[in-house]
Amino acid sequence: MWERILTILRKEFRSVLRDPRMRLVILGLPVIQTLIFGYAVTLDVRHVRLAVVDHDGTPASRALVARFTGSAYFDALTHTQDDDAARRLVDSADASAILQINAGYEQNLRGGRTVPVQLLVDGADSNTARFVVNYAAQITAAANTEFVLEQVQRRTGRSVTTGRADLQPRAWFNADLESRNFYVPGIIAMLIMLVSLMLTSMAIVREKEAGTIEQIMVTPIRPVEFILGKCAPFAVIGFVNTAMVSAVALLWFHIPFRGSFALLLGGVALFLLSTLGIGLFISTVSRTQQQAMMTTFFFFFPAMLFSGFIFPIANMPVGFQWLSLVDPLRYMLVIIRGVFLKGVGFDVLWTQFAALLALGLGVMGFAVTRFHKTL
Amino acid sequence: MPAASTAEIVVEVQNLEKHFGAFKAVAGVSFAVRRGEIFGFLGPNGAGKSTTIRMLCGLLAPTAGSGRVAGFDIVRETEQIKTRIGYMSQKFSLYDELTVEENIDFYSGIYRLPREKKAARKDWVLTMAGLQAHRRTRTSTLSGGWKQRLALGCAVLHEPPILFLDEPTSGVDPISRRQFWDLIYTLSGQGVTVFVTTHYMEESEYCDRLGIVYRGELIASGTPRALKTEHMAEAVLELDCAQPNEAMAVLERLPEVKEVAVFGKGLHVVAADPAAAEPAIRAALAAGGFRLDRLERIVPTLEDVFVSLIEARDRTAGAQQEFSR
Repeated sequence: MWERILTILRKEFRSVLRDPRMRLVILGLPVIQTLIFGYAVTLDVRHVRLAVVDHDGTPASRALVARFTGSAYFDALTHTQDDDAARRLVDSADASAILQINAGYEQNLRGGRTVPVQLLVDGADSNTARFVVNYAAQITAAANTEFVLEQVQRRTGRSVTTGRADLQPRAWFNADLESRNFYVPGIIAMLIMLVSLMLTSMAIVREKEAGTIEQIMVTPIRPVEFILGKCAPFAVIGFVNTAMVSAVALLWFHIPFRGSFALLLGGVALFLLSTLGIGLFISTVSRTQQQAMMTTFFFFFPAMLFSGFIFPIANMPVGFQWLSLVDPLRYMLVIIRGVFLKGVGFDVLWTQFAALLALGLGVMGFAVTRFHKTL
Repeated sequence: MPAASTAEIVVEVQNLEKHFGAFKAVAGVSFAVRRGEIFGFLGPNGAGKSTTIRMLCGLLAPTAGSGRVAGFDIVRETEQIKTRIGYMSQKFSLYDELTVEENIDFYSGIYRLPREKKAARKDWVLTMAGLQAHRRTRTSTLSGGWKQRLALGCAVLHEPPILFLDEPTSGVDPISRRQFWDLIYTLSGQGVTVFVTTHYMEESEYCDRLGIVYRGELIASGTPRALKTEHMAEAVLELDCAQPNEAMAVLERLPEVKEVAVFGKGLHVVAADPAAAEPAIRAALAAGGFRLDRLERIVPTLEDVFVSLIEARDRTAGAQQEFSR
C-alpha cells in the first residue's frame, strides 16, 4: 500500500513542480494575493473627500469647517461657493460628501437659534456613507458642546463645570480597530481553501483529459491508494502555503499572533481534509479542467460569502445561517482569527475542531465512495 | 473456428453488451481467445472495439452478457484480472512531463515489482524500445514510434500473460508500425496472449485469428486465410481498363455483377457466378468502348471480405427495417 502511495506522491510532486503555471499557483499566488488583499480589503473609512460650500464665510462657519477638515476622517477637496460645482464632484465620485453652511450661520447661532447645516453624502456605498454620517455627527456634537459652554461662560462671566459621563472605549484583541488585523488571517484561510481545492480537482481531471487515468485504472491499484497519493502532496502544499502566508501577515503587515502555531497547523490539517475532499468530489463530477474550474468557483464564492469572511454570520437570514454550518471555511475562520488575534487555545476552539473533523470525514468519505475505478 | 487446437482458452465472452443510453455500442458479441494467440478485432471506427476491450480490462461494466479473462469474471473479479493483464489505450497515456525513466519507475512502483526485478525490467524496456540513450528525456519530446514502444514497455513491465492493445499503431509511421509488430510477435512467441484492435487491413493480416466487428456485432471470425476463402461466397474479379470510373457505372448495371469497387488503379468486381460474369463484363466493356487490359479471378483481399460482409449486413438490416415499418 505505502509503496503505491509513495509512487503516486512522488510523481505528483514532480508533475506539479515541473509545470511553471502550477509553480506560480503554489508559490507565487498566495503571497501576491495576501499582499493585494491585505491592502485592498479594509473597511476603515479615513480621509473622506469633502466638498465645502460655505456661503456664510464668518469666523463661526470657518471654525466648524476646521473641525471637519482638522480631523483624520475628512479632507477638504475644495472650498467653493458654487452649489452645482459641488454636486458635480459627488456625481463624478471625486467627493464623497458636501458640507454646506448657509449665509447667516453665525448670526443665527449668536441669536440663540438652531441653525441647519447640511451634509450631503454619496449613499451609493451605504457602508461608507454610514461611517461618514456618524463621524460628522460626532464632530458636530463636540462643536455644539463647546459652543454651549462658551455661551454660558460669556453670559455668566465665569467658567462653568458640568458633570458628564465619559465613555472609555477599549477594543480588546485589536486596540486600534484595524480591520486589516481581522481580514488578513481570514485571507490565509481563504487562500488555503482556494489553492487546495483547485490543485486537487485539476490534478485528477487533468489525468482524465490526458487519458493517463485510464492507464492507472487498469492496474491493481486500490482507489484509496490512488486518492491518498494524490491528496497528500496538496496537503503538504497547503501547510507550506500556511507558513508562507502567515510569514507575510506577521512580517509585512505586523498582524499580531498571540496563539500557538501548532494549534493553527492542527486546524489547517482538519480544514484540508474538507477542502481536499471537496476538490476530489469536484474531480469526480468534472470531465474537463474548465468544468473543474467552473465547479470550484461555483462552490468557492458561496463558501466565502457564507463563512463570515466579510459579512458577519449573525447578520444573515436564519436559513443562510444554517447553510453556513456546512461551510468548512466558517470554522477555520474562527480558529485562525482566534489563534492570531485572541491567542485562545484548544479549550475554546475545540468545538470548531470537532465540526471540521466531522465535516472533513463526511466529505472525504463521500468523495471516496464516489470515486470508482471504472470510466 | 478450426477445432484442431486444444490450447487453453484465456479470454472468452458470451453475448457481451454495452449500451450508452439508447445506443448499443456493443450489441451481443461472443468469442474465445486461446493462450499465446494474437487475436485481432477488425472494424471501422465506432464499431465497439474499444468498448469491448475496456469491458475486458474491467474499465467498463457490461450492460449484459458475461465473460472471463485469465479465468476471472469480468464483472465481479476485475481486480484479479488487473494483475494479469497489460493494457495500452489508443491514446498515448504516459506522463508527458516525466522523463522516460520516471515513467517506467512509476509503473514498476504501481505494479509493485520486487526491488531486485525493477532494474532488470527497466533495462529490458529501455532496450526493447531503443531508448537507452534517452532515459532522461522528457516523454513529451519523444517521437510517436518511441512513445508507443515505451507505452508498450510500461504495459508489460509486470510480465502479464495477456495483453490488450487498443489501436496501438494509429498515427505511427509504417516503419515504427512494423517494429511494433515485431515486438508483438516476440511477446506472442513467449506465450503472451495478445488481443489487438485495429482498423488497418494490412495489420489485421498479421493476426493469428480475426473477428470482424461492425455496429457492435461480431459479423465473422476466423484466420485471415479462412475469412478470405470461406466467408466470401462470391468470386472477386480484378480488372484493369481505361476510364475505370465510367466503366464502373456500366458494370454496375449488369445483372451478373453484384458489386463493383475501385481498387488501386483498377476495379474489383464481385460476382456470384464468375463463369457467367466474365463474358458479360468483356461484352459490356467492348460495347461501351472501354479498353480492357486485364481481367482475372483473384483470391479476395481482407478488404473485399470486409466490404462484402458489411454490405451484406447493411442489406439485411435495411430489409429488417423496412419489414418492421
